[in-house]
Amino acid sequence: MSQLQVHVQGVGVYGPGLSGWQQAAEVLAGRMPFGMTPISLPPAEALPPAERRRAGVSIKLAFAAGFDAIRQAGADPARLRSVFTSTGGDCDNCHAILETLASADRAVSPTRFHNSVHNAPSGYWGIATACRATSTSLCAYDGSFAAGLLEAASQVVSAGEACLLLAYDSPYPDPLGQVRGIPYPFGVGLVLSPAPVAAHAATLRLSLGRQEPSRLPDPALEAMRHSVPAARCLPLLQHLAQGRSGRVSLDYLDGMALDVDIRYAA
Amino acid sequence: MPSPLHLSAYTMTSALGAGLAPTLEALRQQRSGVRSTRWETVDLDTCLGEVQGLDDFRLREDLAAFDCRNNRLAQWGLEQDDFVLAVREAMQRHGAERIGVFLGTSTSGILSSELAYRQRDAATGAFTVPLDYQHTHNSYSVADFVRSYFGLTGPAFVVSTACSSSAKVFGNAQRLMDCGLIDAAIVGGVDSLCLTTLYGFNSLQLVSARPCRPFDAGRDGISIGEAAAFALVERTERAAPGAIVMSGIGESSDAHHMSSPHPEGLGARAAMQQALAMAGLQPSQIDYINLHGTATPSNDAAEDKAVSAMFGTATPSSSTKGHTGHTLGAAGGIEAVICALALQHGLAPGGCGTETLDPKLQSRYLLSNLEQPLRHVLSNSFGFGGSNCSMVLSRVEA
Repeated sequence: MSQLQVHVQGVGVYGPGLSGWQQAAEVLAGRMPFGMTPISLPPAEALPPAERRRAGVSIKLAFAAGFDAIRQAGADPARLRSVFTSTGGDCDNCHAILETLASADRAVSPTRFHNSVHNAPSGYWGIATACRATSTSLCAYDGSFAAGLLEAASQVVSAGEACLLLAYDSPYPDPLGQVRGIPYPFGVGLVLSPAPVAAHAATLRLSLGRQEPSRLPDPALEAMRHSVPAARCLPLLQHLAQGRSGRVSLDYLDGMALDVDIRYAA
Repeated sequence: MPSPLHLSAYTMTSALGAGLAPTLEALRQQRSGVRSTRWETVDLDTCLGEVQGLDDFRLREDLAAFDCRNNRLAQWGLEQDDFVLAVREAMQRHGAERIGVFLGTSTSGILSSELAYRQRDAATGAFTVPLDYQHTHNSYSVADFVRSYFGLTGPAFVVSTACSSSAKVFGNAQRLMDCGLIDAAIVGGVDSLCLTTLYGFNSLQLVSARPCRPFDAGRDGISIGEAAAFALVERTERAAPGAIVMSGIGESSDAHHMSSPHPEGLGARAAMQQALAMAGLQPSQIDYINLHGTATPSNDAAEDKAVSAMFGTATPSSSTKGHTGHTLGAAGGIEAVICALALQHGLAPGGCGTETLDPKLQSRYLLSNLEQPLRHVLSNSFGFGGSNCSMVLSRVEA
């Protein structure tokens, strides 16, 4: 077997002009116009108040997309495996630590330090949902979404259990923003299951390929897809929003794409 | 149940030296590579497990874009023990597109950005030196480097789950191999000294002023080290008697706290139980446990509770962080390689630095080497954010 087959149980998404799956699906299906309104993120629900206050953009993004996806899926987060993927983790926090280390007094804040680990959103997610299941945190630069989808699907297939995939990216402040230009935050969540949980659920078959990545017809959405690694998921999300079978190629690594065959039961 | 992985080649480079020979020699002599030293501009009272000579190591010319401390350590590590040859042969067997690269790191080449931040323009805040963020600072850089070094074209990513990173990658490789997407993978991890971890762990008051003393009554924190570990993993068809396989792996979350473990080690137990279940083994069949054993009071206490609850108090165990320092994102990888050496040579290594065992801890912690045949060993890696991974490594019987 060189194909991975999983079923989409729920989707969550937050980005500029995209505020939760229900609204975003209307936009991606072409029933509502897309406008680049600034992202509006709910507070990181289920986190204790002290942690919630200190939660940076990456944690808020992961939580917003995660709870959105879980609600669509009707899944219990306390039992779900998870895969977190992001190109830079908490970019504001990283910048603040680098500034401190370059200053005369290098006393890094303890909270900033433990929030600097790439798996901080995963750790907070486990605390908030009381989930002790397997969780991993990945990075593959611009291919981080595809890497996460591949890992989540292999978890679903090998364990025969559902898995939550969360992909999120946020901008670096300058000067890092000058060398890694991500213009705005974007987060997406997918609950993937080993068997179809609803008659209308999409089946995804994943394989590695050499195709050019699929593009979006809407220039503003295409610009978002191209500029934020987590938004490389958008061609897939568009099919899911339209309930349309088909095939998309998602950006992964140099010369390699993750091909996704999307099927709806007739 | 996923299939075992054959470690058809493996190597490590740490403060103990470059490659397996100096590593084994240091284990045999219970010699530590952790020492009081000056590194960079660090003004903390601390000891380090530094890889000597790394600053002078030159990256292969065509890979110059990747030049940073972490990728230098990666290349130095790759070029030991004929590992490069083993990968090239695997490429002949399977094809460049059928070999994955899954590596763990916690800080990648962030030192490059730390240095660039010191040289910002005072007025504009802009960098005044060039910084190749993609090929140095970004977490993926080290997997990109290794993939580029060999010209591999299969799937790749970096796992960054703090100190469990380079243990968990064995699971990633196993799953993708089981699903048929790849036939082999380079797994392991690389982490190198930087100010972020030194000052960060110091801010949490988790760094000892002297070489770390796992499980000692007077243990008072970690020593930070740096290392590279690599294993080439394939299916077990070619695993002859004496070969080393990863027979089980377990991953769990603590769901407790960002920077301290669950006090009863519940997450740790779940990871160990899963690893044993996948290997099809009972606790009594484990001959040696390479503990996470960071030497902080709370970590060692929690791990001891988890280990003694599952294994009782007779299984020989030790932490090799007294030898190498805590190499963070590379720790799981180098400890897997140390376990492979232990199985190969019938050597359960006694710890370094530990003098008086904490009487409150119950595990059978080895203060001196135990030489006897080993069949199955367990390696524990528990990271910040409550990310746990345990792995069973086994020697194939005749």
